[in-house]
Amino acid sequence: MADNPTVEFALRMGDNCLVLGQNVSAWCGHAPVLEEDIALANVALDLIGQTRMWLGLAGELEGKGRSADDLAFLRDVREFRNCLLVEQPNSDFGQTLMRQFLFDAWHHPMLKMLSGAADARVAEIAEKSVKEAAYHLDRSTDLIIRLGDGSDESHHRMQGALDRLWRYSGELMAADAIDEAVVGPGLGDIEAQYKDYTSKVFGEATLTIPEAAFMQKGGKVGLHTEALGHMLADMQFLQRSYPGAQW
Amino acid sequence: MSNEWPLWEVFIRGQHGMSHRHVGSLHAPDSEMAINNARDVYTRRNEGVSIWVVKAGDITASAPGEKGPLFEPANSKVYRHPTFFDIPDDVGRM
Amino acid sequence: MYAQEVKSTGKGVLSLEEMDPVERAFQEKVNAGVKIEPKDWMPEGYRKTLIRQISQHAHSEIVGQLPEGNWITRAPTLERKAILIAKVQDEAGHGLYLYCAAETLGVSRDQMTEQLLSGKAKYSSIFNYPTLTWADIGAIGWLVDGAAIMNQVPLQRCSFGPYSRAMIRVCKEESFHQRQGYDIMMKLCAGTLDQKAMAQDALDRWWWPSLMMFGPSDAQSVHSAQSLAWKIKQDTNDELRQKFVDQTVPQAKYLGLSVPDPDLKWNEEKGGHDFGEVDWEEFFQVVSGNGPCNADRMAARRKAWSDGEWFRDALMAHAEKHSADKVAAE
Ligand SMILES: [Fe+2]
Ligand SMILES: [Fe+2]
Repeated sequence: MADNPTVEFALRMGDNCLVLGQNVSAWCGHAPVLEEDIALANVALDLIGQTRMWLGLAGELEGKGRSADDLAFLRDVREFRNCLLVEQPNSDFGQTLMRQFLFDAWHHPMLKMLSGAADARVAEIAEKSVKEAAYHLDRSTDLIIRLGDGSDESHHRMQGALDRLWRYSGELMAADAIDEAVVGPGLGDIEAQYKDYTSKVFGEATLTIPEAAFMQKGGKVGLHTEALGHMLADMQFLQRSYPGAQW
Repeated sequence: MSNEWPLWEVFIRGQHGMSHRHVGSLHAPDSEMAINNARDVYTRRNEGVSIWVVKAGDITASAPGEKGPLFEPANSKVYRHPTFFDIPDDVGRM
Repeated sequence: MYAQEVKSTGKGVLSLEEMDPVERAFQEKVNAGVKIEPKDWMPEGYRKTLIRQISQHAHSEIVGQLPEGNWITRAPTLERKAILIAKVQDEAGHGLYLYCAAETLGVSRDQMTEQLLSGKAKYSSIFNYPTLTWADIGAIGWLVDGAAIMNQVPLQRCSFGPYSRAMIRVCKEESFHQRQGYDIMMKLCAGTLDQKAMAQDALDRWWWPSLMMFGPSDAQSVHSAQSLAWKIKQDTNDELRQKFVDQTVPQAKYLGLSVPDPDLKWNEEKGGHDFGEVDWEEFFQVVSGNGPCNADRMAARRKAWSDGEWFRDALMAHAEKHSADKVAAE
């Protein structure tokens, strides 16, 4: 780990965006309806754009001459710092939307708080991203409510998605010394906001948060689920097969 | 097949001081989602626009307006602009 | 082109004198460059031909997402990934605009989707070829979007208002597609030997299918004449194909790639290139379902549609429930 906590923190933020963006982008051309294809592509584009900023910052502060692309395409699984939630496979559209909502409900307040971070570069990236995250959260909130309180089948699917994915939500809030060093003392507020917001939305969506779920974690320190390795094999294929080539 | 989302006509105010203009249509289950979809489809999230949606079936005089305004793609997506790509002059028109 | 196999229903073009007064007024309007709008009177053949042409065009945009979408998750840099997502997203938008234009003629998007998925409706043959390497993404942007743009620019002047307006929006968005493809090719051709070989291989595989995009020779097409008279088509297939070859050959030369046609040579007299005969047997096989990827493309679209059914239905159910709430509250 680098001495500068901002490097590690920027990797976490960047890897979250990259892995989620990569997953979301795989829906291009396969979504349930054209309007949704277009909307999802916007989300993926925002996330990839944010990835470039965070990983760019991480590479620069690290000082080893690694670009955002080097970090995205030439690190192995154990070096990835994203939370486990975002690497969960797309599965059905309900799981994709639930994953997005559980992430957005954390991402937006986090970026809002980071807009006031002591490190000006961090604050600047957060500032640029926060509007996009607000829109993502609006959209995913709306869809969670509609699908939870839609048909019997959609209710059932969304409850199943929540049951499966809720266990990965705790890691988002589990702050360590690195988060504290960069974000500052407000981290507890994010957790409180997250609890309030998600329970309000799930209430409206007529969905039940699984009680006493065991919260999984490990992504922040590079202990991932098996899904990430497969994603990287796909994503990094060209860079790995043609070392040093320019694209 | 009988359960198709209704068709909505989309009107956008491109700049302050301009009136809303018809830009196209889309499908959505209700007006709120039509607004969201219009934002994604017809503005690619440009800030500061105002959107109206009207159920196509509710329009009486249905002659669509003259050609709608063409929104620039979002500024951050510079690669959507042809000038982003440096194509040498020798290549000819592209 | 994106609508390669549009059969217009006219029985040959009538002269103004042969037409009844209503039809003559219509044709005179078209001749004068006045746009026809959905509620205006139009010959039944005009309406049917347009529905076929616009829906085929829309289907092509939709199926066209798949070969390029195949490389989104493997794009080699973050910037290339973003560009490709934006590009494929644009194609989805084009499909959407075009379906909406066709809907003004009294056919629903669901009906058109049903025709595509049942195999009744056609889409461009080009999208039934596989994208095997990253260079294919370059070749598609350069050649396929290049050919598409060549066809779509004149369609902005189409006599049918909604189609013309959709094409204006489409052309505006298309402008970066070809350039991003050529940009990929330039990078590959300036790269390692492997990369250059990848680029040449892509050109070898995409060249002839790109020429097929313009459709069979007009000499074989009985439908072109009527479409030209109705101004739902502006140039003949052969004219556009010639234009495409003349534009593209120097671009290949600039890249240092060779066009895979031994008969290709400059003809000073006609001021254009002579080129070899397209394998129309292959074209008709691909159009009739026997291309390398027809089955996969259709399977992917059917899966997206049927997997998405619960989602579409649930949102409709929610909207109906809540509009009922609103009424009850009044
Ligand atoms: Fe297109
Ligand atoms: Fe295109």
